[in-house]
Amino acid sequence: MDDIFKPSRRAFLRGSAALAAGGVAGAAAADTPDPLITELQDWASYTGVGVDETPYGMPISFESHVVRRNVEWLTASPISSINFTPIHALEGTITPQGCAFERHHSGAIELSKPDYRLMINGLVDQPLVFTYEDLERFPRENHVYFCECAANTGMEWAGAQLNGVQFTHGMIHNMEYTGVPLRALLQEAGADLSSDKWVYVEGADASSNGRSIPMDKALDDVLVAFKANGEALRMEHGYPVRLVVPGWEGNMWVKWLRRIEVTDMAVESREETSKYTDVLEDGTARKWTWEMDAKSVITSPSPQMPITHGKGPLVVSGLAWSGHGKITRVDVSKDGGITWDTARLGKQGDTKALTRFYLDMDWDGAPMLLQSRAMDETGYVQPTKEQLREKRGENSVYHNNCIQTWYVNAEGIAENVEVS
Amino acid sequence: MSKSPNLLIPALGGTALVLGVAFGVMNRDYAADKIDTLETRVNQVSTQASSAAETAKAEAARAAELEQQVADIQAAAAKQVAGGTLTEPAPQIDGRYGLGRAALAEEIAAWDVDVLPDGRGLPEGSGDVWTGEEVFVDYCASCHGDFAEGVDNWPVLAGGFDTLADEDPVKTVGSYWPYLSTVWDYVHRSMPFGGAGTLTADETYAIVAYILYSNDMVDDDFVLSNETFKDVEMHNAGGFIVDDRAEAEYAEWSAEPCMENCKDEVSITMRSVFLVETPPEGGSNSVMNPAKVDDLPSFTAAGPSFIPVAAAKPAKAPAPEATEVAAADDGDALLKHGEKVFRKCSACHAVGDGAKNKVGPQLNGVMGRTMGSVEGFGYSNVFVEANAEGKVWTPEEMAAFLAKPKSYMKGTKMAFAGLKKDEDLDAITAYLASFAE
Repeated sequence: MDDIFKPSRRAFLRGSAALAAGGVAGAAAADTPDPLITELQDWASYTGVGVDETPYGMPISFESHVVRRNVEWLTASPISSINFTPIHALEGTITPQGCAFERHHSGAIELSKPDYRLMINGLVDQPLVFTYEDLERFPRENHVYFCECAANTGMEWAGAQLNGVQFTHGMIHNMEYTGVPLRALLQEAGADLSSDKWVYVEGADASSNGRSIPMDKALDDVLVAFKANGEALRMEHGYPVRLVVPGWEGNMWVKWLRRIEVTDMAVESREETSKYTDVLEDGTARKWTWEMDAKSVITSPSPQMPITHGKGPLVVSGLAWSGHGKITRVDVSKDGGITWDTARLGKQGDTKALTRFYLDMDWDGAPMLLQSRAMDETGYVQPTKEQLREKRGENSVYHNNCIQTWYVNAEGIAENVEVS
Repeated sequence: MSKSPNLLIPALGGTALVLGVAFGVMNRDYAADKIDTLETRVNQVSTQASSAAETAKAEAARAAELEQQVADIQAAAAKQVAGGTLTEPAPQIDGRYGLGRAALAEEIAAWDVDVLPDGRGLPEGSGDVWTGEEVFVDYCASCHGDFAEGVDNWPVLAGGFDTLADEDPVKTVGSYWPYLSTVWDYVHRSMPFGGAGTLTADETYAIVAYILYSNDMVDDDFVLSNETFKDVEMHNAGGFIVDDRAEAEYAEWSAEPCMENCKDEVSITMRSVFLVETPPEGGSNSVMNPAKVDDLPSFTAAGPSFIPVAAAKPAKAPAPEATEVAAADDGDALLKHGEKVFRKCSACHAVGDGAKNKVGPQLNGVMGRTMGSVEGFGYSNVFVEANAEGKVWTPEEMAAFLAKPKSYMKGTKMAFAGLKKDEDLDAITAYLASFAE
């Protein structure tokens, strides 16, 4: 070996000895040399895969368990159903499209760009038909937004149901969208933009999933999007064009968007009357509950992400979001809400987008009741299940943004529980 | 803002001109009182001039200050853009881009089929309860039941009156839906499942009439039409309020939250009802959780009341180890295409391992099988007859059937419009033939 390497090698050895001495508390010393280090491994000797092997890369096989999953008994048919984002196994805030939850009412359809048409009609000076290419000629914007199904955590109204954050909170994804402001299309058609008007939007699939959006929202931040996370939308997310309705329930984010109609009243479609309305305790129901209120959940540790390393440094990681704007603060409790610590935000909150939070702690191996509580820029504080039930009863399906509790036992196993 | 100081310059010029005129007038031999008057004028004008100069100076300073503020805001915005927290908005123009083309009346008529609560959008037509029952049995009953009572997990359409305040409210057209327009629009637009958009206006009126009859909302001689639409009163029309969370909840839930000693003691009142297994092949299996809350500690500010010694075996196995994914079989292009075409059928039919009868019979081994012979499936009469005649499914028969189901098998319950393309028919028959009994 060249002399030139010697000093740095010695420095490295000194450094690692110091590290070992400093870290004695948590790390066990190795009795025997690790063969993964001392023996020549196949991957260090043979060549790997060539650049012509995977024109579009998929996650490595070791990660094949990080997938969307459905719960068969939830719905009559997988074609009109939902699956869940594996949020327990993801980090940061951006959801890869391939594992972002899907909700279809008549299945995901294959609609090509050449076959795509978008009509705008109703109270407009000139009803128009756009092709996909037309949409790409309007000035476009990029925004990161979360999309949460109104039914996310819906099962938990009746108490702790499914053991896994993927299933309790996985009807959410967060992507960077590229699209045209809906405002631009409305102006292009000379729409009546007065605030007592409505914009009815529908999809090209068999369900059509029509929804009515008040004009003020349509003019504010709604996007007609054609890209997500830099690439074309996936089929299951509405390729080639979907609506993005920031902060509002996912059902309004119409996929395969085919028609925009300006109307003088809400259409009161099936999806805004018989579904996506909230039955209160006395049997009356709230309608037009569009905004998704501030919410958070700890993604790790959680039932699918047990603590496997024992006592010592532990990263508690979670997600927070609000349909009303930015997340300003997240508190974490280890004792079921008796004491709270303010968590560290991974990045200052984006408006109506997921925010990652961390509590970096030293776990003493005692059982914990882990909870997180989000606050948004309006000052709103995420409520407990008890607070929600006091206001709404237990007959609701949608808009459950309660504080979630994980019981973590001394072995590091986490379970979905409800607490007093 | 930068323009304000410049705008003041003509104003100052005007003052100088006034002074020049004043001094010119003083040189003439006028009476002393006139001179006094003029002197007063001069004083006045010169005061005005100096105050105008000061105003100009102040305004220039203010303008500079404002310009600095604008620059600061712009710099902050640019920083936010760079930090990814704000997107610079797309430019807005006053005119139009001239993109898109005019929509034709026929095109609007084809797509704009929504019906508003007041009935606008309803086409002319009508249907009576008894016709409705027949159409309903043909198109809807396989999922919703003959009496709109719902099969399996499919929606119940009738009954449930006065259950909305119960623990499990039964939300049907009768008990919950506030507008009749919604029923008509949805049936016409999105039903039957797997054959959306195929019902005529009269069929839709008839089906809706039957649903109303199933809910005891109309008599059996009722005829629903665009005329009688307004006569129907919906049971739960007054059962909805507009979102009031802002008043009912937000105000109350926006106080600075408690951080310490927020409760005396916390105990676990309920454990997860289902454990969820996440097998490597995908999906999930829910298993009842046998664990009880009794074995678990309560918590105080001092921590858990005890540490369970032999902590119950993992409530659930940790996330499964990654498993190698079997290399996908390339397969035949025709079969692959067939698999894709089959998606149109899969709402009602299953094929492959463990396929069971759904809305339609399971299709394993369908090729070469006698028609109408799957056990436990309730066939339409036309298939019962074909079975009696000993007719057998061949690729030709299957292709002919799937091209036009309703005309090839008159009276079939299958609510499928048919495959238009020959390559789809070839592919689907090849695909179905690939599944043995």
